[in-house]
Order: sequence, then structure tokens, then C-alpha cells
Amino acid sequence: MHPIRKKRLTIVLFLVAGLAIAVGLTTYALRQNINLFYDPSEIADGKAPVDVRIRAGGMVEEGSVVRDPESLKVEFRVTDYSASVAMEYVGILPDLFAEGQGVVAMGRLNAEGRFVADQVLAKHDETYMPPEVAEALERASKGRHQAADVEKAAESTAY
Amino acid sequence: MYPELGQLALIIALLLAVLLSVVPLAGALTGRDSLQAFARPLSTGMFVFTGLAFAVLTHAFMVDDFSVAYVANNSNSMLPWYYKFSAVWGGHEGSLLLWILMLAGWTLAVAVFSRKLPSTMVSQVLSVMGMICVGFFLFIIVTSNPFDRLLPNIPADGSDLNPLLQDIGLILHPPMLYMGYVGFSVAFAFAIAALINGKLDAAWARWSRPWTTVAWAFLTLGIALGSWWAYYELGWGGWWFWDPVENASLLPWLSGTALMHSLAVTEKRGVFKSWTVLLAIVTFSLSLLGAFLVRSGVLTSVHSFANDPERGTFLLALLGITVVASLTLYAFRAPVVHVRSRYGSLSREIFLLLNNVLLVAATMLVAIGTLYPLVLDYLNLGKLSIGEPFFNATFSPMAVATGLLLGAGIFSRWKRTDGGWLARKLLWPLAVSVLVTTAVMLVYGGFVPWAFAGVFTAVWVTMATAWDLWDKSASKMGRWYGLKRQSRSYYGMVFGHLGLAMVIAGATVVSNYGIERDVRMVPGGSAEVGDYTVVFNYIGDRRGPNFTAEYGEFDVFLDGKHIANLHPEKRHYPVGMSVMTEAAIDAGLFRDVFIAIGERISDEAWAIRLQYKPLVRWLWLGSLVMAIGGFLAISDKRYRIRVRSEAKDVASTGEADASGSKPAEANA
Repeated sequence: MHPIRKKRLTIVLFLVAGLAIAVGLTTYALRQNINLFYDPSEIADGKAPVDVRIRAGGMVEEGSVVRDPESLKVEFRVTDYSASVAMEYVGILPDLFAEGQGVVAMGRLNAEGRFVADQVLAKHDETYMPPEVAEALERASKGRHQAADVEKAAESTAY
Repeated sequence: MYPELGQLALIIALLLAVLLSVVPLAGALTGRDSLQAFARPLSTGMFVFTGLAFAVLTHAFMVDDFSVAYVANNSNSMLPWYYKFSAVWGGHEGSLLLWILMLAGWTLAVAVFSRKLPSTMVSQVLSVMGMICVGFFLFIIVTSNPFDRLLPNIPADGSDLNPLLQDIGLILHPPMLYMGYVGFSVAFAFAIAALINGKLDAAWARWSRPWTTVAWAFLTLGIALGSWWAYYELGWGGWWFWDPVENASLLPWLSGTALMHSLAVTEKRGVFKSWTVLLAIVTFSLSLLGAFLVRSGVLTSVHSFANDPERGTFLLALLGITVVASLTLYAFRAPVVHVRSRYGSLSREIFLLLNNVLLVAATMLVAIGTLYPLVLDYLNLGKLSIGEPFFNATFSPMAVATGLLLGAGIFSRWKRTDGGWLARKLLWPLAVSVLVTTAVMLVYGGFVPWAFAGVFTAVWVTMATAWDLWDKSASKMGRWYGLKRQSRSYYGMVFGHLGLAMVIAGATVVSNYGIERDVRMVPGGSAEVGDYTVVFNYIGDRRGPNFTAEYGEFDVFLDGKHIANLHPEKRHYPVGMSVMTEAAIDAGLFRDVFIAIGERISDEAWAIRLQYKPLVRWLWLGSLVMAIGGFLAISDKRYRIRVRSEAKDVASTGEADASGSKPAEANA
């Protein structure tokens, strides 16, 4: 083969090999490491998979935070004001974790429907709302309004 | 009154930028020196007026002028003066102004330090810089004016700088990072000018190299400072989170690293020209992509600013125009370039090509992991996140492969390297690396495959670099003479590679052998982390300039010997109603002991995080060494010699083959 062509072929082969490795690693790693987000209503409806690492979030329900005085275990409920899910976490919570604040947690749903978090995120700003949580709340409140509308409609037709 | 002057200065700077982007370019294309002569004065003027605007904003912060909305949102009268100063770039508008100031500064630097370049080249480069400036001046004036006023209702006091940003890290991190981001615009401008000229030769590569290298060195420092800041200021001892905004800075760093290496080949051997130009375009586009990601509101992270969609659209348009225009120019012009040099399939050219393939593949991996969730979200296909495991699983093998290749590549020769000779050359470094790595494994106790791979890579790069230096510095006049005879750019390479080895070693060891414990502690109690015993003495209160804090008193013992007294804090900032964890760290070259206070669990018990972080400092020291390498390389005297304008000096100046011990061709 002509040396220049041979060289070009080597270059192309290198590029293709590099690309193939990159694509292979990427798809493999993507399949393993994508974490889907579920809101409390979806979890309550049983739409979220059990024992798969997922993200879940909402507002920390007022009065729901229970701390074990003997360990670092914390239990709390996260709500979108339509449904709520019980979460437990062992470790140090972020500075701005508080009742009535938005949080996003990473973890797995166990067979009893409790969310066992291995990571809890709250942002470093009192006005911050995680976008997933904001959307979940919006969806949930739309759902409630629709339900309310249906009820109203039902009431009005009763007459 | 002053803020309006700042605004006016920005508008004048915009007008100068418009002139700069048109006049010298027209002069270069029509061959009129009178027009080209405007390039330098226009660049200077643009910098002066941008500097004026920056000074006005700084003044507004210093005198607490809360009638300026940006000051009211990002400062407070109780803030110490140095944080008032760094608050200038603590929010979107001001940091954008800093960005533009640096862009104007780089333009001025090109104007000042390129007196030996042909005037048409300088005119074109400065015009391209001018065009970039026009884009950013329009952006700041139209969408993000830092001088907007809150009139007539002037707030009594400002709403304070985010406490996270009240730190030395913020004073240093953004300026360094922006120097890097923006600095790649120079390499881009050189590439575009060369495409317009149709002159992609070794001289062009030589002119681009120092600019690329210095931008890269700043970016390296900026990223390292960010990582260091996250480590101690975010409170929980992580040093890299694969946060999309961190990735946004890593993307141009990776492709910029590829660009540096590819420029070396283009300068020395006159090959890979089209590829190098493409990399210069890609690197700058990735800088713009970073700006878009951080400032558009598509991301939420510690870094992202309060946003509105108009800004995102504007930046996306700017990115789109840059990419489309430069790639169109590339499509028309790049094929003109013909390659004449030849090289074998085992040569330094091929090693550097592989380096580029790996670095570009790594860039793509990081880009996919960062952008994929955004694209899916935008298309309403669901919300998902791609976290650390993805990047660790894909990036680490790439880093290891790059390091292994680097060790072998150091010994390779331009044009052709004899395989048997190379294998013999690598034998001893290989053997020593295996021994040293095994020893390291024994010290840290426990064989972990990934840790072995990482440490081996680091040791291998170090051994190969040192071996090569030893070979090259052999001289009849003695070792010292031989060492002194090596060029600064060679030492730049040595430092760059040793720094990389340090970063790899640090990252590997701290990820695999670090210990992290969250424990419940009561005053008077103690806990173990690794070989260290931490005693919790008491909790106290103290008052800072603009915060109150609870602090813990801790003593750290190793084998019964007292080694440190640490005071981690939990700070409350009343103005922004925010809470901050201030970790306390006993830092050392070989390990950090890290203590942070969590929340109070019961009346007397606290949640405490204890960490043992071996070699964590090497991450930032290594980055510093890399950056020093970059600065050493650009101080090489050959960049100050008048450059012959024709491409005939390709290959005749190769310092590597000239100073090599035995030309490999002799063996072939």
C-alpha cells in the first residue's frame, strides 16, 4: 500500500478504535448509572421501581422529622402536598435541611415502600428550590385542582 | 452619577470593539497599512474603557452604593472590605464584567507582545478578538447590565454575599478560571486568522503555542483552586463532584490539553494542521458552552447564577454563530492545506495522535454525561441525573490509558522509532514502576485493582519522565551542565507531566484509601478515624464580623501523641438567614485530618464528620506543578526570537531530536 494511504488508514483505525471504546464505555456506564427522578405521588402510586437507585424529592413535611438520639439515623416524610413518602437516612444532613424546605434524596425504595436514602441534597440558599421539586409540586397542585374541579362539577350536577 | 459613567464606558468600549473587528481586518484584506495601524490603539482603548467600567463597579462596592441593584444584591455594609472587593465578581453581572475585562486584557496582550509578527496576521487576530468582544459587550449591555439602578427606592442595606463565597477561594478562583477560559480565545483568533490567510504553517503554530499554553496554565490553576475551595468550604471534604459546572471547566481543559500537544506536532513537523485548527475552534467553543451552561439557568448548582431565559438564548446564539461561522470557514479553507511530512507508524507523531484521540474521547465522555440529562429534559423525555459512578467508570480508564501511553511516548522519536529499541528503553522504568507501586500498596495496606492501576500510572509517568531527563542531561561536561543545557520548554514538559502524575497519584490514593466516618459524639468523648484518635472537648460560641458561630474544640492524637488542635464551626449568617459549615483541617503533605460539625442530635450529642484524606494535597500541588510547567514553557527564549515567516523551518528546529542521546533512525 502507498505509505500515505497506509498512514491515513492507521489514523482512521485509531480514531475508530478510540470512538468505539468511548461509545462502549459510555453506553455501559450510562446503563448502570442513570438515576431517574420520582415525585411522592408517583412513588405512592407504585410507579417507582423497588430496590433500584433513584432520586426522589419534595418538601420535608412539617413535624415529620424524627431523630434517633443514639445514632445518626433520621426519619422524615417528603411530600408534594398530594402524597408523601417516608424516608430514612443515616448520616449528616445538609446545613439547610429543615421542615418545609425542598430536598432531593438519592437512594432505594425498599419492599415496605420506605425510601432509604444514601444521600440527601438541599441547597445552600434559603430561597432555592430544586427544579425537580418545584415541578413535582406544580404537577401535584394541578392534580388537586383538577380533582377539585371534578368535585365541584359533581356538586353542581347533583342539584 | 458614577454608575452611569461605568455604563457609558462600556458602551464606548463596545463601539471600539466594533471598529476593532472591522477596520484592521479590512486593512489586512485590502493591504492598507493605514487601516491596520488602528489595531493596536483600538485594542488599548477597548481595554482602558473596560477597565474604567470595572473600576466604577468596584468603587460602588467599596462605598456601599446600594442604589446599584447588583451591589444591593451581592453586598452588605457589614461585609469586610476584601469580600466587598471579591463580591464584584460574586454574581452574574459582575463576573461577566470580569470576563470581559480579561477578554480585553488578552486582546491588549496580543497587541503588545506580537510586535515581531507580520502586521497582516496581527491585524486579523486582533479583529477576530474584536468580534468576540462585540458579542460579549452586547451581551452585558443588553441582558446583564451591572450598573442598573434601584431608584428611587434605594435599599437601606444590601442582601449580602452568599456566605459560601465569602472566602479566599472566591477571591482567586474565578479570575484564574476566566483567564483560562477567555485565554483560549487567542488560540481561536490565531486559528481563524490563519484560515482567512490560508497560511496554516509551522510559524502559525509557533505563534499560537505560548498563548494556548498560558491560557491552559491559568485554567489548570483555576480548576484546582475551585476543587480546593469545594474541599474545605462546601464542608464535606469532596474535591470533585462531577457537577455539570465543574465539567464545564473540565471540557475546555481536556481539549485545550489536546490542542497544546497537537500544536507541538504542527510546529515541529508541520502535520496535523487541519486537526489542530479544529481543536482550537472546539476548545474555544467549549469555553463558550461552559459560559452558556453556567449562565443560562439550564443547570442548578452552587455555581449557577440567578438567571433569566433571555441570557441563555443570547449565549446560545453567540455559541451558535461562533461554531457555524468558524466551521464554515474551516470547511472552505482547511482542505487547501497539504501535508508533506512523513512519519512511521511508531513515532512521536503517532504517540501524540493517540494522546489526542484519548483526550478528545475523554472530552466527549464528559460532554455526554453533562449534556445528556439536559437534552432529555429539554425534549421532555424525563428527568434523570448522571452522577459520579458514570464518570468514574468511564473517565478513570481513559486517564490510565493516557498516562501509560505518555510514559512510552516520552522516549519516542519524531518520524520513526525502532520498536525493539523503545521496548528496551521501557524495560527498566517498567520494572521500577512495578516495584514502587507494590511498595505503595503495602504502605497503604490492601491491594485494590483500580488503586494499583492509578498508582502504577502515576509512578510510570514519573519514572519515564525522570529517565528521559537523565538520558538527555548526559554530557561530557558533567551532569549539572547537561541539566542546564535543556531548554525551558523541555522543563515545562517535565513539570507538566510530573504534575499530572501527582494529580493521578493523589486522586487514586485519596479515593481508594481515604476514610470517612459520620459519628455521634458528646463533649468529652472520642472517636477513631484510621490511625488517628479524635477527642471532642467542648462546644463554644463566637461572633464574627457578619456571623455568629458555634465551634467545636477537638484534639487529634496519633499513637498517643498530640498532633493538632482543631476548631470546626457552624456559622449562622443573619442577613441571608443561612448556615455554613466551616470544616477544620490539619493539613499535611501526606495526609489531611478533616473535622466538620453536623447538626445537634440531642441536648449534648452532635453529629460529627471525621475524615482521613491521604495524599489529597497532591491534587492541588500537582496542578500547581502542571501550571508552573506551562509558565516555564512559555518563558523559553525561542518564542522571543524573531520568527522566520516561511514554513521552511519545519523540522529543522526540533529540539527533541537535536538533544536526544541516540537518533532512533540509526537503529532502523
